[in-house]
Amino acid sequence: MAKLKSPIAKNSRQDKLIPFLSVILGFAVGALIMLVSGFNSFAAYTRLLEGAGLFGNVRRLGGTLLNMTPLILTGLSVAFGMRTGLFNIGASGQMLMGGFGAVAVGILFELPKVIHLPLAVVTALILGALWGMVPGILKSKFNVHEVVVTIMMNWIAVWTVYYFVPLYIRGAFDTESATIRSTASLRTEWLSDLFNGSPVNLGLFIAIAAAIAVWWILEKTTFGYELKAVGLNKDAAKYAGIHVDRNIIFSMMISGALAGLAGATFYLGFTNNIKIGELPMLGFDGIAVALLGMNTPLGVVLSAFLFGFMNAGKGFMQAATGVPNELVQVIMAVIIFFSAATMLIRRWMNHLSKRKEKTQKNLEKGGAQ
Amino acid sequence: MEYVIEMLNIRKEFPGIVANDNVTLQVKKGEIHALLGENGAGKSTLMSVLFGMYQPEAGVIKVDGEEVKMTNPNVANALGIGMVHQHFKLVDVFTVTENIILGMEPTKGIYLDTKQAAKRIKALSDQYGLSVDPDALIKDISVGMQQRVEILKMLYRNADILIFDEPTAVLTPQEIDELMNIMQRLKAEGKSIVLITHKLKEIKAVADRCTVLRKGKYIDTVDVGKTPEEEMARLMVGREVNFKVYKDESKAQDVVLKISNLNVLDNRKLSAVKNLNLEVKAGEIFSIAGIDGNGQKELVEAITGLRPVTSGKIEINGHDITQLSVRKKTESGIGHIPEDRHKHGLVLDYTLGENMILQSYYQSPFSNKGLLNKEAMNAYTERLIQEFDVRSGQGAITSVRSMSGGNQQKSIIAREVDRSPSLLIASQPTRGLDVGAIEYIHKRLIEERDKGKAVLLVSFELDEILNVSDRVGVIYEGSIIDVDRTSNTDENKLGLLMAGSVKGEVRHG
Repeated sequence: MAKLKSPIAKNSRQDKLIPFLSVILGFAVGALIMLVSGFNSFAAYTRLLEGAGLFGNVRRLGGTLLNMTPLILTGLSVAFGMRTGLFNIGASGQMLMGGFGAVAVGILFELPKVIHLPLAVVTALILGALWGMVPGILKSKFNVHEVVVTIMMNWIAVWTVYYFVPLYIRGAFDTESATIRSTASLRTEWLSDLFNGSPVNLGLFIAIAAAIAVWWILEKTTFGYELKAVGLNKDAAKYAGIHVDRNIIFSMMISGALAGLAGATFYLGFTNNIKIGELPMLGFDGIAVALLGMNTPLGVVLSAFLFGFMNAGKGFMQAATGVPNELVQVIMAVIIFFSAATMLIRRWMNHLSKRKEKTQKNLEKGGAQ
Repeated sequence: MEYVIEMLNIRKEFPGIVANDNVTLQVKKGEIHALLGENGAGKSTLMSVLFGMYQPEAGVIKVDGEEVKMTNPNVANALGIGMVHQHFKLVDVFTVTENIILGMEPTKGIYLDTKQAAKRIKALSDQYGLSVDPDALIKDISVGMQQRVEILKMLYRNADILIFDEPTAVLTPQEIDELMNIMQRLKAEGKSIVLITHKLKEIKAVADRCTVLRKGKYIDTVDVGKTPEEEMARLMVGREVNFKVYKDESKAQDVVLKISNLNVLDNRKLSAVKNLNLEVKAGEIFSIAGIDGNGQKELVEAITGLRPVTSGKIEINGHDITQLSVRKKTESGIGHIPEDRHKHGLVLDYTLGENMILQSYYQSPFSNKGLLNKEAMNAYTERLIQEFDVRSGQGAITSVRSMSGGNQQKSIIAREVDRSPSLLIASQPTRGLDVGAIEYIHKRLIEERDKGKAVLLVSFELDEILNVSDRVGVIYEGSIIDVDRTSNTDENKLGLLMAGSVKGEVRHG
């Protein structure tokens, strides 16, 4: 954990506590809201955890894992950008393009699974990378800010899918594609059996592998050293002889590729086809996941798990206790608020630790007398 | 004896470092009290404690004899303590008046009443001889004038105790003289002043008493009038300081850097370096003297590859390197101590170790097949820390941001010198540093010279140039207009050449 330090972290040990505190505060505020509106918050939270399969129901646990899979990847996409000095808010578009490519390959080709599935996944990766490369090039050559370009690329992705899906891979309706062949699906029997029929799929392993790969690149390689140097101080990187322009493009491509993989896991593992006119919000959720995870791979996996289980369990909570599942959105918003307002929490923590010191000193004084 | 501020036995710790260890500061009413110490001696920490930005672990603060708890800066302000920061906190597009009233705007109904405020500011400005125009925009006035606005801000808030944090770092010599006059005037009007600095000349010029800190410890409080400069320097550094740098006659050999007819553009695409010719030999320190903005920055950037060359030729040891990339130039034997250490020299959020391998991370032993070897990096860094006396809280894993300016600069010098380049370019290497660090850096540059390296020193400080270098070239409007042996010239001659008021000549030898 010590090696996964965030570039923002100054007082790193204390800062690592902030996400955990934010989560506790988020649930506390949620409980307060339920208390005021006359619900039993203890029961609701119990049902939420139960619905997410955390009390041993493997099918529901599968739902949690299914939910967290694309979030890990979009979270990694945003986090990787952040660590290298880029704000990629186009993960949604990159994910959509990746998913579109994967679905197209899944429908148009007829191949044995060992070739078909990897081909579809790699297509998603490449299309996501290309979608990230465009803002990267524009930033490095013309100094156009990536926020502007990535958000525009989101809409280009939406309309590209809108145009091509009915034209080449039309399904039962004009509004959606055909279903992918089973040889391109990320679902496997053994995994579904293990989780009692849940649509949890191989995408989970792709996501975990991607998290490890990102950690490895950032912490262990000279490539990661260059990327982070560019992100932290472009001028010093230039002074060191690092190709700043090239590294910006590479890092946008990697960020896009990760989002593209999110598209593969979502469309090849969950929906099995693609609808037109829809931008997957999971790309934007990735920003929250990265923020709460302090832009570290392990942090991203943990926060994706949190968001995943809350999404998976909220339906059950509503059914069992009548608490509207929108409450989960409120809790998430509060968590994000507190993890963004780090200064506020830092001040509270300083205050608390000082009080503790004082009482300790008083105790010692008392003991001496 | 009446003290306006007393800070008694203050102790403040940070992880791994005691920044203030039993420090006492007593400021009398109506005096200018200097707070002297090297970078990292704990001056800023002490002032932050006074302002309530840090809470001390031990010690007492008294204002006008009464004990107070400084819980936040507002408490200090309410007690009439004001600080003029080194980096001004002004809004560029606001007028002087708007900046001064910011945070306590006078109103008439729902309207801002700037007229009344402007009148009062004008009166204050006249009273203290600041000659500030209340209606001028901040972006239109000089740095010296901006500083006076900061002073006015404090006076407007009825501060009686003014703290100046390294106020002369950003000023020209003329502006420094004016500031000294203003401080005398403030004193005459009954204000008390704390002057944080490491420049002995300034202390001698204005201060009454001086408190010296060293490595976080209180050393002494002395009467400035009765204490010679050498004695104060000794108290600050803890040993005798040589103002004069000792060095042997240079044994200059072959030409290492040869620049012919170089032309370079500045950021606005205007010609900054014009047909510049220059030769630096192995075993000599060649200085470039000149007023800031005469093409020094662009020249150094062109040599090191950070800025494209329009025309002309740059050769190192006979090889043409004009169009090479930064990395190729570095590899061809150039070391560069950049002018702006925070912008170019360091990645502040990287560790000291990561910064030490900034140009060599891709080479053995720091990397192997694209993988970083952090053990090798840290071992190398620990060696440089020892060898160059870089002080950092946690060794190789210290975040560079947390280190003092002097130690940051030492770490850059360690990195550049240890790569053993045949040409070492040092751009303003001692700017903002204290005497101890300056002495050290000069010694290192001379050592490099004696090892047979060529050293190119760019400096705005004539003292430094005359002390350290063997030959000096004067740059004026982008050209070297005069080259001479340092022993043949003096401050006067160079000053006139730098101002462009006399014609120079390029003498070889």
